[in-house]
Amino acid sequence: MQLNEIWFLIVGFLFIGYFVLDGFDFGVGMSLPFLGKDDTDRRVLINTIGPVWDLNETWVLVAGASLFASFPEWYASLFSGFYLALLLILAALIVRGVAFEYRGKGETARWKKTFDWMITIGSALPALLWGVAFANIVNGVPLNAQHVYTGNLFTLLNPYGLLGGLVTLTLFFTHGLIFITLKTEGEIKDRARQLAKKAGYVTTVLAASFLLWTLFAHFSMFGLVLTAIAALSLIAAQAANFANREGWAFTLLVLTIITAVGALFSALYPNVLPSTTDPAFSLTIQNASSSQYTLTVMSWVAAFMVPFVIAYQTWTYWVFRKRISRKSIPAGSH
Amino acid sequence: MHVAHHMLAGLDPLTLSRWQFGLTTVYHFLFVPLTIGMVLLVAIMQTVWTRTNDEKYLKMTKLFGKIFLINFAMGVVTGIVQEFQFGMNWSDYSRFVGDVFGAPLAMEGLLAFFFESTFIGLWIFGWGRLSKKVHLLTIWVTTLGVWLSAYFILAANAFMQHPVGFVIDHAKNRAELTDIGAVLTNIVAVNQFPHTVTASIMFAGGVMVAVAAYHIKRNQYLESMTKSLRYGLWASLLGGIGTIVSGDGLGLAMVQTQPMKMAAAEALYRTSAPASFSIFSWGTPDGSSEIFSIRIPNLLSFLSTHTLDGKVEGLNDLQAQYVHLYGPGNYMPIIWLTYWAFRWMIGLGLVGILVSVVGLFLTRKGNFSLPRWVWNVAIWASPLALLAISVGWTFTEMGRQPWIVFSLMKTADGVSPGITGLDVLISLIVFTLIYGALAVVEFGLLRKAVAAGPDVLVATDEGTDEESDVLAVAY
Repeated sequence: MQLNEIWFLIVGFLFIGYFVLDGFDFGVGMSLPFLGKDDTDRRVLINTIGPVWDLNETWVLVAGASLFASFPEWYASLFSGFYLALLLILAALIVRGVAFEYRGKGETARWKKTFDWMITIGSALPALLWGVAFANIVNGVPLNAQHVYTGNLFTLLNPYGLLGGLVTLTLFFTHGLIFITLKTEGEIKDRARQLAKKAGYVTTVLAASFLLWTLFAHFSMFGLVLTAIAALSLIAAQAANFANREGWAFTLLVLTIITAVGALFSALYPNVLPSTTDPAFSLTIQNASSSQYTLTVMSWVAAFMVPFVIAYQTWTYWVFRKRISRKSIPAGSH
Repeated sequence: MHVAHHMLAGLDPLTLSRWQFGLTTVYHFLFVPLTIGMVLLVAIMQTVWTRTNDEKYLKMTKLFGKIFLINFAMGVVTGIVQEFQFGMNWSDYSRFVGDVFGAPLAMEGLLAFFFESTFIGLWIFGWGRLSKKVHLLTIWVTTLGVWLSAYFILAANAFMQHPVGFVIDHAKNRAELTDIGAVLTNIVAVNQFPHTVTASIMFAGGVMVAVAAYHIKRNQYLESMTKSLRYGLWASLLGGIGTIVSGDGLGLAMVQTQPMKMAAAEALYRTSAPASFSIFSWGTPDGSSEIFSIRIPNLLSFLSTHTLDGKVEGLNDLQAQYVHLYGPGNYMPIIWLTYWAFRWMIGLGLVGILVSVVGLFLTRKGNFSLPRWVWNVAIWASPLALLAISVGWTFTEMGRQPWIVFSLMKTADGVSPGITGLDVLISLIVFTLIYGALAVVEFGLLRKAVAAGPDVLVATDEGTDEESDVLAVAY
């Protein structure tokens, strides 16, 4: 296996990690208006991700920087091409991040309500736009001979892109709700479970159509296997939620995200950003990658750091494993 | 309609992207120094508390920890913009240097950002849940993450000032990494890192002094605040001295690697030996010669070469050399800007050090009953180091112009070819509005945290024990 291929997998792994982890953060953020009946409820929800949202978000920084280091052409064409979409994501992530920190630092109901909405919108917008972005990466975008994107924001809002966006929006919403059932106890857990059942139906229909569309457009045996696992585990997650087995439901949803994003990367391979203008202008793992020396250096760094990162982040989740209920919420916030 | 179209066509993506990068970077770096400096000071305070069990150190840890966190959140969210906009606004730059420049950024992510973001969460929410020693360890690992992050990003920046460890692949039209060791031990990075870190400690010390002065002036929380005052003054002084020493090293590295920048710092048009340093100067409107100045003889020679009569190359000679080397063009940065930024950096820093020296002297015998105006000076002096840092970076980055990577690529060639002026105008407006609103909220929250004082933070901890269901710390 070539280093270019290994780095294609590492970039895929980092984005999968990001979607699995920040995915449930987005879902929790979106759930505030649905599950949070009062301020204490909303604090229960936010505190399920309190100690970890920042480390989850960091996965996208690391994914972006690794993309820059291993495939500079891909990073350059993608980030300049998807300019306004990324601007919206950045604005949303900024708003969401400060809202977590600031909502508890004011006393009035209006102050808290403002920041609650900032959390919800700051979670929903990236959840939608990451799907739009990745669907368009797989489908290809207009690139000229210099690999420069020649479309605009509306080029990305095509039916396949929008469907991709709705899939991530609903999938992350369901993922967040299931995470809440895993991390809370009491009435709020039941409400999350009931809502996850409804959201699960919508997600299943949307995700199935999107994955089938992807499979027909870019058929491969490997893609078929991943798509099949994604579909089955999504249905099984829904069944597990009906059976009140939140641990299984969560694990199966994680598997769904891993295999669904894996199916997208498999559909993309060996391209990294196909050109719809002329296939000859496409960016591939060959023409977009860094030199062998850079990839070698970065492979050593990744080989040493990734297992270590996974170990201490797992430990962090272990430290904060306790379920949270209304009783856990202290009067003041940090 | 026609007018509107004309106006949009007049929007230049290059100029707007430069303004955006300047605005977002200066703004981001208003929060970074306090993070770099305060994380260390808090880690030391908590270490003292863990060892002595003296409650005033716990109060200090909590109060300055809270100020650190309010500030940290801003650094984190504005930092994502920094990483994305290399690709968004400067894609041709990214294509050209990505093979080299991407490596330290990715290392920063894998080695430093994950540390920072994971262990800061453990530190914030680990009170009462982790053992005292493990909890102490989390703030030290956070410190390590913050400082490593600073090193990697400065190594990336150093490549733009003084590219090393690469070859140019002409077929692919890009710089390719050949020696990662050379990139990470770039003479500019090695000198810039201590300069940045010590200046940050100086600023964090100044913030401690201001917070302490605020309470001592009101005659409250004296036990913990007089301690904080002395601690902050020492941090500020030692950080300040470190900034001078490391700044000297950085100056030498600059003369060696970017002589044009040193000449621009002094507005030295003709090569001179010995060269004097002007404290103030007034030039002809076109900037080509000076009318009046106050000068210290031999000082520039000393700063540039560590000899009293060393030769310092002037702007005009360097310009002629660069035309010969790199082809026709103007290779001088904006001289009035670099000249004044360099002076303000040094001047503000020196005043900051003076304040800490006077402060240490006035309180040397544990006498804190001083006139109110003294405390007001202590409070208002706190932004001096931050302003010095900000103009110092303005000098460093503007002094590199017209290059984006010195000697390899001009800033004008780095901008994204696919983006329109309207795209960048929209993003510039969005960032300005969000950042402006956040600045107001941030300042309000810092004021509130300072005014609330240290005791309330410790009091809320009582009554929570590890067996209880109530979270010791929560949003």
